Amino acid sequence: MTTKLMGQKVQRVEDQRFLRGHGRYVDDVAVDPGQHTVLHAAVLRSPHAHARILDIDVSDVLDVEGVHAVYTYDDLASCSPQMAEPLPLLIPHPALTHGRTQYALAKDEVNYVGEAIAFVVADDRYLAEDAVSRIRVDYEFLTPVVGIDAARAATSLVHEDVPGNVGARMEQNVGDAPAAIAKAPHRLELDLTVERSACMPMEGRGTVARWDADINRLQLWTSTQSSTGVRAAVAVKMGLDLGQVDVITPDVGGGFGVKINHPWPEELLVPMAARALGRTVKFTEDRREHFISSAHERGQVQHIEVGFDDDGRLLGLDVEFWHDHGAYTPYGLIVPIITSTQLLGPYKPQNYRVVFESLYTNTVIVTPYRGAGRPQGCYAMERTMDAIAQYLGKDRAEVRAVNFIQPDEFPFDQGMIFQDGRELEYDSGDYPAMLEKIKDLVGWDEFPAFQQEMAEQGRQVGIGLACYVEGTGVGPYEGAHVHIETSGKVKVATGLTTQGQGHATVFAQLVADELGVKFEDVEVVTGDTRRMAYAVGTFASRAAVMSGSAIHLAAKRAKEKVLKIAAEALEADEKDLEIVDGVVSVKGSPGTSIDLGTVSVLSNPLRYAFDEKSKAATQFSIGDPGKPPVAEDDEPGLEGKDFYSPERATFASGMHAVIVETDPDTAEITILKYAVVHDCGHLINPMIVEGQIHGGVAQGIGGALYERMAYDESGQLLNASFMDFLMPYVTEVPDGIDIDHLETPSPLNPLGIKGAGEAGVIPSAAVFAAAIEDAERLSSTGLAITAMPISPSELFTLRQAAVEEVAQQPSRNPRTREDPA
Amino acid sequence: MKPAPFEYRRPGTLAEAVEALAGEPNAKVLAGGQSLVPLLSMRLAAPALLVDINEIPGLDTIEIEDGGVRVGALARHAAVLASDDVRRVQPLVPMALSHVAHATIRNRGTTVGSLVHADAAAEMPVVLTLLGGSLEVEGPAGRRTIPAAELFVGPLESSVGHDEVAVSAYFPGLAPGAGVAFEEIARRHGDYALVGAAALVEGESVRVGYLSVSDVPSVVDLTGVADADLGEAALAQLEPMDDIHATAAYRAQLVRVLTGRVVRSARDFAEGAR
Repeated sequence: MTTKLMGQKVQRVEDQRFLRGHGRYVDDVAVDPGQHTVLHAAVLRSPHAHARILDIDVSDVLDVEGVHAVYTYDDLASCSPQMAEPLPLLIPHPALTHGRTQYALAKDEVNYVGEAIAFVVADDRYLAEDAVSRIRVDYEFLTPVVGIDAARAATSLVHEDVPGNVGARMEQNVGDAPAAIAKAPHRLELDLTVERSACMPMEGRGTVARWDADINRLQLWTSTQSSTGVRAAVAVKMGLDLGQVDVITPDVGGGFGVKINHPWPEELLVPMAARALGRTVKFTEDRREHFISSAHERGQVQHIEVGFDDDGRLLGLDVEFWHDHGAYTPYGLIVPIITSTQLLGPYKPQNYRVVFESLYTNTVIVTPYRGAGRPQGCYAMERTMDAIAQYLGKDRAEVRAVNFIQPDEFPFDQGMIFQDGRELEYDSGDYPAMLEKIKDLVGWDEFPAFQQEMAEQGRQVGIGLACYVEGTGVGPYEGAHVHIETSGKVKVATGLTTQGQGHATVFAQLVADELGVKFEDVEVVTGDTRRMAYAVGTFASRAAVMSGSAIHLAAKRAKEKVLKIAAEALEADEKDLEIVDGVVSVKGSPGTSIDLGTVSVLSNPLRYAFDEKSKAATQFSIGDPGKPPVAEDDEPGLEGKDFYSPERATFASGMHAVIVETDPDTAEITILKYAVVHDCGHLINPMIVEGQIHGGVAQGIGGALYERMAYDESGQLLNASFMDFLMPYVTEVPDGIDIDHLETPSPLNPLGIKGAGEAGVIPSAAVFAAAIEDAERLSSTGLAITAMPISPSELFTLRQAAVEEVAQQPSRNPRTREDPA
Repeated sequence: MKPAPFEYRRPGTLAEAVEALAGEPNAKVLAGGQSLVPLLSMRLAAPALLVDINEIPGLDTIEIEDGGVRVGALARHAAVLASDDVRRVQPLVPMALSHVAHATIRNRGTTVGSLVHADAAAEMPVVLTLLGGSLEVEGPAGRRTIPAAELFVGPLESSVGHDEVAVSAYFPGLAPGAGVAFEEIARRHGDYALVGAAALVEGESVRVGYLSVSDVPSVVDLTGVADADLGEAALAQLEPMDDIHATAAYRAQLVRVLTGRVVRSARDFAEGAR
């Protein structure tokens, strides 16, 4: 019997191709050097954060040799009436009372630096950019609204018909938090902020379109996290039937969330131009464009009030936060809804009230970025836990432990509505066991001695801990198609897309296990609407759970058919058959066998003897000569297709701990140890899960210590390049990340799995704030670190403030800590 | 991120290069291209003509001359950094070069190009200024030598004329018994420094040069200053800047810390040499 591949560290089949430069990304599609059959697009983007467009003069562009077309808003209706309407608001919500989306090309007004105004198509991108620089736009300047404070003050409005700049206000209540807090023995208030960052995939956005006038069909390659979504959007916007549009997602060089938003203006403008010009048209976003015209995330201001008892047990939690959603709301309220619900983590607050306002600013739009609102929620809750521990003088781990949902309380209903519109009900988990694991892994109990030892050498070290729960694998569904060819090879298709996660590996593992075929004989295709027309997309750590389950079910169906045909061919009972390495045989009688390729031949009554398999199959006789060759309840071919649709999300969990050292002179922050305990149910491929965690932690370090979007008050992004937007290099990420797993299977899917894609990034801001604070001991009266990310310069500013505080209150010494933890 | 159209020439001699520059006031010399090409791609620079000097023979030399080091216009950072002669004659040069960006950039970028680019956040302009070196340029009027003190005139602005090609830079050697040190603090490995400092100690004389503190390389004389007062004495002559990465107060703190460190290291170096 072959070893089961589920749970094995199977090498990624993708890596040879990617590492040797053989990946095929959108920009590699339709490369035809010298032939000039492909036209290239560039976009004129608003240089102003808020302005009325008075006039656009393209006359200097029209005569430029090599320029084929220039489009502005006024040209859109000639494609179709829908093209001139605002872009879709993908996920409407009743609380989003003032949702607004931009036009594919700005109509009358621009609301952020980077908003698309005109679209030029030329022989090459150089010429297209030359042409863009010749377009003249007259603007009437309006006051830009930049930052949450300005949005709340609302002295100026982003959209004149949105009062107070408030796109949405949403409140959820469990019990009566204000009353519980009022009665609680202890109360605290916290004010916290988190800044913006962004996904920054290696490959930016990109789209290629080819219109085939002979068959009236559009073929579109796009770097997306939802090919079926783009397909539907493009069909509607271009006035085409769905059946006229094929969307193919080739290799995607990272998504991290930004490519789930769709359609981007260029995803519509490129096919529009391709059809109008009868030429293949390509748009490849450059890095500056990615900074100013894709999407950001994370910016929030939070106010927290909490009531608790002497043990630190939460009695009531009242959270109010303000979410900066940028200039438009194409992705609805998903991010702040996630913050407001996932904030609860592994804890039982008893009484919880959360209210948020989602605010307009004249900045790049905000859509989910890996973690999607969870990092902010985790930060709010974990800072609260730290504040409670500090107030009570208790160990920070103990305060967390008293608030945990216990293993015997699952399924645990938090009494709220989650991002998918379903109940926020946790399916499984074991938080006390996980806490023990993380404490062991990081050396929590030994740390005070280490800290003391370091202090004697004049060194400052600190430790932080943060816990989270992550709803993963949200619905509504995902499907899969498994086809066993006459060669015996298995072709698998699932509709969601791949951005480097290793789907071709893990999905092949599942099929090999279920069908009993060799791993090497399974080939997986994702994100191609020609192969799977109904699919949702890759986001919310859902691919393994959703498509993994669907593939498992589809393989099961294919296997049922294999066994039925093989049983007839071998004149055996289905129950007596087994499939090993692609050969069906009667258990205990290995000579009586038939290989899967031959079974595939038998499944198709049309049997031209093209190959040896078909010739061989003639020795087997199946079917009743008195009946139609394809029975009424049967289909020709050896295929299995199925869909998986869970009732709700499955909840993964994790705990991170970090030990940092801060330089007393330069305020530089060094990571000494980073530890992760993670529970995503059964592991399909532990190596891939660990890779996800490594990448997430690296991204989290970026968000906690390096990255921010430095907007000035006029709405200009001052650091729109990799020189000034500081993504961590490998040199800034610790050489080793200590990882331990816990496996509490999900009861919601056949494989018992949970999502793992976002886990590494969620607790970063919380865990670093805690560790740096522990190293610094800046304040004995409250949290010193309330704004993340934190740079050495900002840490130095906090130190100076603490010194001034001491100077004003000489009785208090911030370097002495009352907390014994 | 594609450059605006430009004319491109690749002369085979220095004379041809000078002639090409003379015919076009809006021209740029291309050597390693590590600063210029990104500027072109972002259309922050749009010269009408690029004069690529990479095919001119004899410009990639690194030679010991009058006890110092002469570095040709096409000598790559990596070659200068790897030169045992340079390390022996003026160890401050490799000390600073090891902080210049990343290995791949040092493989292509030139030390002379970095000087002409005149970025006050770069390492080599400060080193040249602190050591009292010079740049040799060739123009229509022939060859001239620009002392470092007259080379860096403003932010990203050198006194090399638009019709001149830099031919070589001269870094004076380290005097017997003298000491040097270099240290910088950057956000990430290979980034431009938040603050960097280079020290030169010769007998009683103590001088320290700073990068990323103001918009031109700054050198202060700290001769006779007590060790405990070095940082404040330096700050009395500097005006650290604010930017998105650091406040002026934090830069001042780094000046304090680094000044003490590099002066101590330079003294240790001098001790060791004796």
